[in-house]
Amino acid sequence: MKVQISVNGEDTSADVEPRLLLAHYLREQVGLKATNIGCDTTSCGACTVLLDGEAVKSCTLLAVQAEGQSVTTMEGLEGASDGTPTHPVTAAFHAEHGLQCGFCTPGMVMSAVSLISHDDDLDERKVREGLEGNLCRCTGYHNIVRAVLVAAGKDPDAEQKAEAESDALRTAPGFSRGESAEEAQA
Amino acid sequence: MSILGTRVVRTEDPVFLTRGATYTDDLTDERLTGALHLTLVRSPVAHATIASIDTSEALAAPGVVAVVTGADLDIDPALLFPGANKAMTRPFLASERVRFVGEPVAAVLSEELYQGEDAADLVDVDYDPLPVVIDPLASANDETLLFPEAGTNTAAAYNHDEEPDAGFFDGCEVVVTRDLVNQRLAAAPLETRAASAFWEGDRVTLYISNQNAQGGRDEIAGWLGLDKDKVHVILPDVGGGFGAKIGSDPEFGLVAWLSRRQGRPVRWNESRSENMTGMVQGRAQRQTVTIGGTREGKVTHYRLDVVQDAGAYPRLGTFLPMFTRMMAPGTYDIENVDSRARVVVTNTTSIAAYRGAGRPEATAAIERAMDLFAAEIGKDPAEVRKLNVVSPDKFPFTTKGGVEYDSGEYAKAIDLALSESGYAELRAEQKARRERGDVRQMGIGVSSYVEITGGGAFAEDASVEVHADGSVTVLTGTSPHGQGHATAWAMLASEHLGIGLDKITVKHGDTDLIPSGGGTMGSRSLQTGGIAVHQAAGELVDLAKQRAADLLEASVDDLEVDTDNASITVRGVPGSKSVTFADLAAAEQLKVDTTWDGKKPTFPFGAHVCVVEVDTESGKVTVEKIIAVDDAGPILNPLLCEGQRHGGIAQGIAQALLEEVVYDEEGQPLTGTFADYGIPSAAELPSFDLVEMTTPTPINPMGYKGIGEAGTIGSTPATQSAVIDALSHLGIRHIDMPLTPLRVWEAINAASEASS
Repeated sequence: MKVQISVNGEDTSADVEPRLLLAHYLREQVGLKATNIGCDTTSCGACTVLLDGEAVKSCTLLAVQAEGQSVTTMEGLEGASDGTPTHPVTAAFHAEHGLQCGFCTPGMVMSAVSLISHDDDLDERKVREGLEGNLCRCTGYHNIVRAVLVAAGKDPDAEQKAEAESDALRTAPGFSRGESAEEAQA
Repeated sequence: MSILGTRVVRTEDPVFLTRGATYTDDLTDERLTGALHLTLVRSPVAHATIASIDTSEALAAPGVVAVVTGADLDIDPALLFPGANKAMTRPFLASERVRFVGEPVAAVLSEELYQGEDAADLVDVDYDPLPVVIDPLASANDETLLFPEAGTNTAAAYNHDEEPDAGFFDGCEVVVTRDLVNQRLAAAPLETRAASAFWEGDRVTLYISNQNAQGGRDEIAGWLGLDKDKVHVILPDVGGGFGAKIGSDPEFGLVAWLSRRQGRPVRWNESRSENMTGMVQGRAQRQTVTIGGTREGKVTHYRLDVVQDAGAYPRLGTFLPMFTRMMAPGTYDIENVDSRARVVVTNTTSIAAYRGAGRPEATAAIERAMDLFAAEIGKDPAEVRKLNVVSPDKFPFTTKGGVEYDSGEYAKAIDLALSESGYAELRAEQKARRERGDVRQMGIGVSSYVEITGGGAFAEDASVEVHADGSVTVLTGTSPHGQGHATAWAMLASEHLGIGLDKITVKHGDTDLIPSGGGTMGSRSLQTGGIAVHQAAGELVDLAKQRAADLLEASVDDLEVDTDNASITVRGVPGSKSVTFADLAAAEQLKVDTTWDGKKPTFPFGAHVCVVEVDTESGKVTVEKIIAVDDAGPILNPLLCEGQRHGGIAQGIAQALLEEVVYDEEGQPLTGTFADYGIPSAAELPSFDLVEMTTPTPINPMGYKGIGEAGTIGSTPATQSAVIDALSHLGIRHIDMPLTPLRVWEAINAASEASS
């Protein structure tokens, strides 16, 4: 099947198998390798990209489902083309040491971009809940959360202090409540 | 101003945050053009003989170039750990018997990836099932043998020849004993295993995702019967390892062999589902602790018995109990310590290193024992710990585990963690909740730990060269996969040379460029490879001074480095002549190769306090706080050091509360995907409270110890203890990890039934 997808502002097209995953389309057909595949079950989020501005897991979408739409990967963010992380999110990940091995990073960054675009008053709890679909095995999330808060214009020290002093329930391990903290309180 | 000890952001990151890192599956090396894709057919059963393998249908499938089975191989099965029973070798493709779910039985080579996955389903393997043994304690009975020719399931045993002394605890006022499970975990680096190979004449180049290029080269050369110089191993960026990428995997050898057979490059990148059965796992110990002492709280006797599950084919898991026994007494000055271990095979994925590798198991055991002892005599667990830790005046301290602790202030670390946590207030809050009968009870867990870093290879090479354009190349045998050596090693060189980090390139993980090196594992890198770079840069300054002496017409002793100008100048003579490192390099190659050998390991230590809430109706645990005092000596880069601690703490909490690789009785893995295996997300963890403490080691000139695994070692017992502490008023003394809501709820229910 022929697909036409705008990737990072450039038109791309290819004749693909209907079953081709969007992640493989981006990596193999377009040659953009930042987007990684970390699992088979839509659990880890390493493959997260924006589809028409919304965060999606590109290992769970077929390339043909993105037909006629626009995809943004980490390579499409400000500063990426000349190798300088000047986008507010990538700059904050750099400054806050929000990455170690780097494998979850492209997906984590794109999730953060999406999260910030949907909420102009993020706090630590909202960031943690908002990144629930992206796994990182290296950082323990501490500095990722700080980086996202910084990119959202918040003071991470103040936010972490406020969260530590709050009595908000954290989602229990193995026991997702399936609702946001806000909904739970409401 | 010194750059050491400052929060330098990583030089690696601009690439990682723009075009992304280059992992093995991202490589665009043109010599890999036209590579075949390898898809492995893996056993769906845990223990069986193979009656037949029919590859004809797969071979006829579109795009399939070859289907290879064990019968086609001319490489012998390999013993994957030298100290294991010699009969317990692993074939590169099983042809007679499979011993775990996920064991490779056939290799499909295809032009395209999806074609290989299709064809792998068409390989028809006929299995005759054998009895399955999953439980290591059952395996030890040798009723079902995995390797009949070995005559036993025991792969190795340590201090296991004689019966334990029955009178060991005679004279103790209090003796407590308990069986503990230190459960099997998946390292689960986000990048799975991957390899790419191509041959040029009789020499193979292999890109692998691994923690040690040189060790990998040696193993692969051995398997293929090649001289080491015929194997070139390159590690591209590596997406996490956590110990599971130590040592070469048999699949890597197979990739190289298949590439030679087909005369084409071959690429392999496993799926997560393959990774969850194919990649080595960690921990997997059954322990029995027995602790004895006085009613006043002095511990005088400790015994640790370990049964280590090695999985189907013994690998580094065979070694883990050595570390566990070595570190058995932990931070405590215990007069009588006895330990033994037995390593057995089971029909499961092989066990090897996972962050801490034998030391978290030791710490979990002694810390649980301390809590049990404290509960038995009715004393505060933190106080009992402080009463028993090695006092600072005893260092260097030779333990009953048989090692020499270099430096430590264990009681001070406990006090720091307690005061940061507001321990007295927490205990008051706990008391109030108990009196009110709150549904949400609070628990406080305290751990005191010491671990061994750089415990295997004490030496490391480094090379530092200044080029005529003023840039610097550093070569190291350590092998970062997220730790940030490119930044940290550049800081060490920059400190000596006054050359900016932007001009310093750190290279690693290429056996042609760096023929010897121990890689990155066991928290060894800074105290070995880092010190080697520090030494090399210092020696390079000495060399530069010797060459500058003639030019500057001064004695070597009167010369110094002008770090503002990256030059050699005459001390105390403002405006004197000077010569830059670059000028010296332009005249003659300016390069130093050196070896640093610390000859000993170091022993970082610390104390963690974890505060949890337990919902007594649902069993749900919430980590409210974790306070970590981790003392690894002076800190080269606090930003990187904190990152290591954060990641370690998260993995430690994950073991305590969430993660476990589970098999059913038939040996089927029940946690074979990320949808089943409970890696915590950001939502399940709090931010971490790190407290600084600095006790240098005398083992190296910078005083550095290792920090990579400390967080994991300290946080697991603190978290486990906190949950049990929250329920101690119900009479609960112990719950095995992971403390999932179900397990906690069951413990609460059992306790209330027992009391009613």
